Amino acid sequence: MLTTAIDRPKIAPPSEDKRWRIVEGAMRRHGYQPYALIETLHTVQETFGYIDEDAMRFVAQSLKVPLSQVYGVVTFYHFFTLKPQGEHICVVCLGTACYIKGAPQILEAIERTCGIKTGETTKDGKLSLLAARCLGACGLAPVAVFDKQVVGKLTPKEALEQIRRWENDDGR
Amino acid sequence: MTVDELQQLVAKEQEAKQRYKSCINVCVATGCIMCDSERVKEAIEEAVKERGLEKEVIVKGVGCLGLCSAGPMIYVEPEGIIYHKVSPEDAPAIVQGLISTPVERLVCPSEMPFFKRQVKIVMENSGTIDPERIEDYIAVGGYQALMKVLTEMSPSEVIEEVTKSGLRGRGGAGYPTGLKWSTVAKANGDRKFVVCNADEGDPGAYMDRTILESDPHRVIEGMVIAAYAVGAQQGYIYVRAEYPLAIKRLRTAIRQAERLNLLGNNIFGTTFSFHIELRIGAGAFVCGEETALIASIEGKRGTPRPRPPYPAEYGLWGYPTLINNVETFANIPSIIRNGGDWFAKIGTEKSKGTKVFALAGRVVNTGLIEVPMGITLREIVFEIGGGIPEGRKFKAVQTGGPSGGCIPEQFLDLPVDYESLTKVGSIMGSGGMIVMDETSCMVDVAKFFVEFCMSESCGKCIPCRVGTYHMHELLSRITSGIATMRDLELLEELCDLVKNTSLCGLGQTAPNPVLSTLRYFRNEYEAHILDKSCPSGVCPIRRLEEVPV
Amino acid sequence: MRAPVRIKTLTIDGKEVSAKEGETIWQVARENGIDIPTLCYLEGLSPVGACRLCLVEVKGANRLLPACVTQVEEGMEVTTNSERLVNYRRMILELLFSERNHTCSVCVVNGHCELQRLAQRLGVTHVRFPYRYPDLPVDASHERFAIDHNRCILCTRCVRVCDEIEGAHVWDVMGRGIKSQIIADLNQPWGTSDVCTSCGKCVHVCPTGAIFEKGKAVAEMEKRRQFLPYLTIMRGGKQ
Repeated sequence: MLTTAIDRPKIAPPSEDKRWRIVEGAMRRHGYQPYALIETLHTVQETFGYIDEDAMRFVAQSLKVPLSQVYGVVTFYHFFTLKPQGEHICVVCLGTACYIKGAPQILEAIERTCGIKTGETTKDGKLSLLAARCLGACGLAPVAVFDKQVVGKLTPKEALEQIRRWENDDGR
Repeated sequence: MTVDELQQLVAKEQEAKQRYKSCINVCVATGCIMCDSERVKEAIEEAVKERGLEKEVIVKGVGCLGLCSAGPMIYVEPEGIIYHKVSPEDAPAIVQGLISTPVERLVCPSEMPFFKRQVKIVMENSGTIDPERIEDYIAVGGYQALMKVLTEMSPSEVIEEVTKSGLRGRGGAGYPTGLKWSTVAKANGDRKFVVCNADEGDPGAYMDRTILESDPHRVIEGMVIAAYAVGAQQGYIYVRAEYPLAIKRLRTAIRQAERLNLLGNNIFGTTFSFHIELRIGAGAFVCGEETALIASIEGKRGTPRPRPPYPAEYGLWGYPTLINNVETFANIPSIIRNGGDWFAKIGTEKSKGTKVFALAGRVVNTGLIEVPMGITLREIVFEIGGGIPEGRKFKAVQTGGPSGGCIPEQFLDLPVDYESLTKVGSIMGSGGMIVMDETSCMVDVAKFFVEFCMSESCGKCIPCRVGTYHMHELLSRITSGIATMRDLELLEELCDLVKNTSLCGLGQTAPNPVLSTLRYFRNEYEAHILDKSCPSGVCPIRRLEEVPV
Repeated sequence: MRAPVRIKTLTIDGKEVSAKEGETIWQVARENGIDIPTLCYLEGLSPVGACRLCLVEVKGANRLLPACVTQVEEGMEVTTNSERLVNYRRMILELLFSERNHTCSVCVVNGHCELQRLAQRLGVTHVRFPYRYPDLPVDASHERFAIDHNRCILCTRCVRVCDEIEGAHVWDVMGRGIKSQIIADLNQPWGTSDVCTSCGKCVHVCPTGAIFEKGKAVAEMEKRRQFLPYLTIMRGGKQ
């Protein structure tokens, strides 16, 4: 049964934040259909950087999807995060080519230096360290992404230098 | 757009091109962009302007030229000169080279086997057309196949042509494409869907990404033709979120095709209508499995379901759905244009056409190659790939990613086709090809892939969810030097279980990397267990006194 | 008028049987006194084919087929109990026992547990895999019921009965792979769920002691499922 946009009771966004309009727009584009769940979650993640409980409730109610299903979807896909990411994000590729050309050593060096494990964020919220399942730049292995900048043929030393640069920038 | 308008556009584009004396094509696919090719392109445009050559020289951003390890790559037409490892500072010299002689130190010998040995169908436009301009695609014959299909052929004739070509699914399993199409065409349903699987998740494989970045319209054209053949009205392209550039270029391409009414209602003025939407994956390898992919498009957790019923009969929202991979669709326009018989002449008896491989790992030339089926692994690794760097010794080549296996030296003369690779315990897969030398430990490699499958397992069925976990545990014991031969026996028994009882392809093929390395490199396993040593010096074997009691 | 029901004849474990078109191997075997093991399948709920215990051999098929979702075909030759199948089933149970913390002696359903019964029937006497001993919570926030994740085998019967029969969809699965876990609403204490009707259906379809009634001592809890076939018919589903 499809309800039209007019007779559908309006679900209020969790806050006054104008960014919710972007999320509403995404849902409207798909006619508030339940299948728009992943597309909508992408929009939330892009807009807010992560997906919190308020967002999940809002999306669940708007699309008429059970809460547990929303939570199940968010935690199934690794692209979605429940917590805010660090100020800077370092993604080390762990594809096959990168793996045999030394990506684990890069990851290990960062983990050791920053005192976090892969998938974690430093306590000061400065850095999130992530591993990717192949960025598809195997010709340039090993590869990592520092914020949005992709760097190929990387060494552990260069990786640490980049992270130190971030630390210094923020010291200003 | 009418048939005449398409022909006029072709003429106009070709005429425009003839006004220029030369064309400098700069690769702007992901690999080269990472090596700063966008700045190179800007610098060349600048240099052209400085010399006042704007009317004679056109600078274009193009798709992948293949040799990703030597980026940024440039291809100069009509001379056919390939430059590699270009930096922005080289721009004036390159422009000068158009007038005098080419810049010697940057020239990449186009005579080298890397270029000579390739046969291009899917990648024919890659490196020569601008992927962000539909006119470029149309100028080289793009959408002519669609026009022919819609104005001259019946759906069953289209399917017949595809069947005749012998094309098999390029996603890995090698299911005959014509047969799949005719199943969907025959299936009953008020609606039908065509889905392009661009959820290329195999680590070490980036063929589909490159095709989408280099020639997106080819895939769209293939999809529209498929939709006409099976009677679908709506299509989806499911693409990984990890591929932002491919997503951007697909969005542009869909918009352009809609603007010219090559997508939408009443295409070419016929009664046929077809729409395409993008769906972005969210980081789950298992969504490459077709029933999981369907669940994901429906907005759900990407868990597979038992087949039958197959998507061809019961797919998206229960309607008959045709799912093919990017490279499969990309072959279609060429097959229609040149005929199924032409395609069937390329390749081997059972594996027709070409295959795109992402050649990576311990090999001199890493990058993207398109080769005819039936070429030997030796030709790929040692001629096209240029052999192993630093005088090291070849050990194995891994094909098929986490579902595939490691092929040792004694099979280097094996022709690359679906059956031969399966016979030696690997699979064709989607096209990842990783070369390993003596510095790679095969137990460690097997553990790497099992770790991958373990963390990508959806968790629905027990053998895959718990079995891959224990496979990984057992392999970790072996690589730490604390395993016994009984652990190895248990590992083999567990592999047999996971392979034969898992619900979907992910679990069923997860043991392949272990089984194939056990088959050809059993001595390495035994060295870890009996001698407590890693022959390649990769694994952190712990001394006995360090092992916690 | 309904189309006449077509009859298919096949053999199961060498015995010639007849079946209605559309029936599954599992159903037909059961009608003929052959009990194919399963932990996820439950008549009245949609089949998911996830536990892989009901896999059977079908002559001519290149792989094993799940009996719970495979429809019978004319002339099929089915084997449900070969040595190979029994070995696979044993190993699957070993995997389940190693996955979480199953201690029968302190469990409310001791003696009434499907997992325990199956292990006894198949003669699983020891587990060759190291136990994982995961650290998992017990959620006793609901007034009448509790869920102990240590005993959960992720069969998803609770998820399906709540969604398909009760229509509340309290339960779902979070995470994936070995980290999967059953959750209520937004991974919150069961007792705080907005949508739970406290109907107790999930308690009774659960094959183990993972979901149970509070106040029951060891071995006191029995599961009653008489409601399921009746409700399924009343809801217009397939019998």
